[in-house]
Amino acid sequence: MTETVANVENMVLARVLNKALADAMEADSKVLLLGEDIGKLGGVFRVTDKLMERFGSARVLDTPLAEAGIVGNAIGLAMAGYRPVVEIQFDGFVYPAFNQIVSQLAKYRSRTQGAFTLPVVIRIPYGGHIGAVEHHQESVEAYFAHTAGLRVVAPSHPNDAYWMLRQAIEAPDPVIFLEPKAKYWMKGEVDFSKPAAGLYASRIARPGTDVTLVGWGAMTTTLLQAAQIAESEGTSCEVIDLRGLSPVDYEPVFASVRKTGRVVVAQEAPGNVSLGSELAATITEHCFYTLQAPVLRVSGYDTPFPVAMLESLYLPDADRVLEAVDRTMHY
Amino acid sequence: MNNTTKITEPDLNTLLSGLQGGVDPAPVRFLDVDGNWDPSDSAAPFAASLEQVGLAEMQTWYTDMVVTRAFDRECTNLQRQGQMALWVPGIGQEGCQVGFAYAANPEDYIFPAYREHTVARARGVDLVDVGKLFRGARHSGWDPKDPKNGNFHIYTLVLGAQAQHAVGYSLAQLLDAKAAAGDTLLEPGEKGTPTGRATLVFYGDGTSSQGDANEALIFAASYQTPTLFIVQNNQWAISVPVQRQSRTPIYRRALGFGIPAVQIDGNDPLAAYAVAHTFLQAARQGGGPRYIEALTYRIGAHTTSDDPTRYRDDAEISRWQAADPIKRLAGYLRSKGVGDDFFAAADAVAAAEASRVRDSLLSVQVGHPDSIFAHVYAEEHPLIEEQRAWMAAYEASFEEHGK
Repeated sequence: MTETVANVENMVLARVLNKALADAMEADSKVLLLGEDIGKLGGVFRVTDKLMERFGSARVLDTPLAEAGIVGNAIGLAMAGYRPVVEIQFDGFVYPAFNQIVSQLAKYRSRTQGAFTLPVVIRIPYGGHIGAVEHHQESVEAYFAHTAGLRVVAPSHPNDAYWMLRQAIEAPDPVIFLEPKAKYWMKGEVDFSKPAAGLYASRIARPGTDVTLVGWGAMTTTLLQAAQIAESEGTSCEVIDLRGLSPVDYEPVFASVRKTGRVVVAQEAPGNVSLGSELAATITEHCFYTLQAPVLRVSGYDTPFPVAMLESLYLPDADRVLEAVDRTMHY
Repeated sequence: MNNTTKITEPDLNTLLSGLQGGVDPAPVRFLDVDGNWDPSDSAAPFAASLEQVGLAEMQTWYTDMVVTRAFDRECTNLQRQGQMALWVPGIGQEGCQVGFAYAANPEDYIFPAYREHTVARARGVDLVDVGKLFRGARHSGWDPKDPKNGNFHIYTLVLGAQAQHAVGYSLAQLLDAKAAAGDTLLEPGEKGTPTGRATLVFYGDGTSSQGDANEALIFAASYQTPTLFIVQNNQWAISVPVQRQSRTPIYRRALGFGIPAVQIDGNDPLAAYAVAHTFLQAARQGGGPRYIEALTYRIGAHTTSDDPTRYRDDAEISRWQAADPIKRLAGYLRSKGVGDDFFAAADAVAAAEASRVRDSLLSVQVGHPDSIFAHVYAEEHPLIEEQRAWMAAYEASFEEHGK
């Protein structure tokens, strides 16, 4: 084996995704992009900026404005040997495509006894913090993590954004790729020489000894802030960035909980029947004898996402995470 | 493409101008209900497509129709005997189905809905495999990628979804052709690209109301994909008549999307063949999508769970029974000198096939329990592996206790 030389650049997350798409298209002529406004405009978040110019309108397809049609066409293209990467413009716009994703894309391999493997990636900018109007700030992961046949991932920083998107495009199974839109402008180092980890591997973002904080996507930043504040108050938090939401890489989570005995799971999504609920149940089943307190969840409220001017009340921030840290420490 | 029939089909503007004054042209037909040669005026542009069809080929069509009908009746019997979870009869619709099936080239790809048993048979799918889905043994009984199955896709039960897949598949045919020609552009409003291959998709009058079916027309028109939409208007979406779905003849909707469309007599195999053959040539040559509404009738129930006596009267059924497509093609073949021995032989093939299907279906092995887990993902998934192992151990624990 030859030693890989690090090839590190400091880049903004949205630009990193753009490079990942371009590199994937260079690497495989069957990779093509479909979505609304992804051509000349470069997508509403500019993730596909200049890709139509570079690869042509027969590989970067501006579609009619119909999400079920976009996903349905991607399925047909995948059946015929293509690797479509679909952009859904905003999280709340994915529901018109729900049947195509849940009943068609997810189940095709099972329905055909493995005859059809559909390597479709559905990119969805998800979550809040951008002060947008309704249907533009939702966290949709639970719907898709609940569905057998789909894989769901969410990167939290630029290096993962690059490699996880490359890995998702190369993966044979359909992948729901949740982009933390609040972090599109986050700058960070990307090592283009090699991936940091597998697509679904969870990651210890900050080591600690007293409480385990589990989150994903944009929430990882909030948990790191909370951990820093907690440290100044004498509590050591270990932060786990889940990365893979289906499947979840549980072993690092269990190992951490066996060390700390206390867990807080944080998510932007409503808590009822959420991924956080699943994590709480599974951690309890596996780590019951080492838990010093119940697994606590910090979530969005079980309401529709509120108006932009009230979003800071709705979205869990470092203070709400710390409130839960206090509760678990004093249980 | 193995033939060179010159295309003389009417273009979109001609079809639209035919509607001025709100008068629809007569549905395209070549045979009257008794099988006499009696083409409608609207059939003229499509007649050339019939020139290459010989009597022997039509005899094959006929055999496929009677075989599928016998199979269909056998499946209803099996369901009544508790051996099928459900059956979806296609009786009455064999005529257009056989015509459409033989109009397609082997390289063309076909997305059925779930009642296209005659198309399945014509493309080479073993009818036993069609039965497996409804016996509850498989989600789909055949592998569309196996060459013996004639590019005939699996059935889709959430209807309309397959229309989107068909357009995506034909978009792939278009992009393949562009890539081979070094053409990197697919611009708004551009003309179609010759592909040499096309995709057919089947759905019905009920499905024509689904969003998916309408979005599929939009994408097909936008990208000028080589797609042939085939709508079998069998008059009933379970218990709801077509008048609830549409205030205009359904084919007119496609014209509004910018897709050339015609209405045909769906119980005339020759009309189905001729129009589909002409339209498929246009689609393969870069003419973009085409649309056929076949007026036919579901003689049987929607499924074996349905009770059609609640919503339609006997007179209506009798009227359509008089227009039976098998009777019609038989009349035509007889008028061409085909004798009793052929019809007796076809009936014998049908009886033997129905019997074989019955025996085979009754002995179909249920999939291995592990097949619940085996095909969910292409790559290993820890949750699936954990539950797969757990179920195996759990089931094995009963065997141990039984000893």
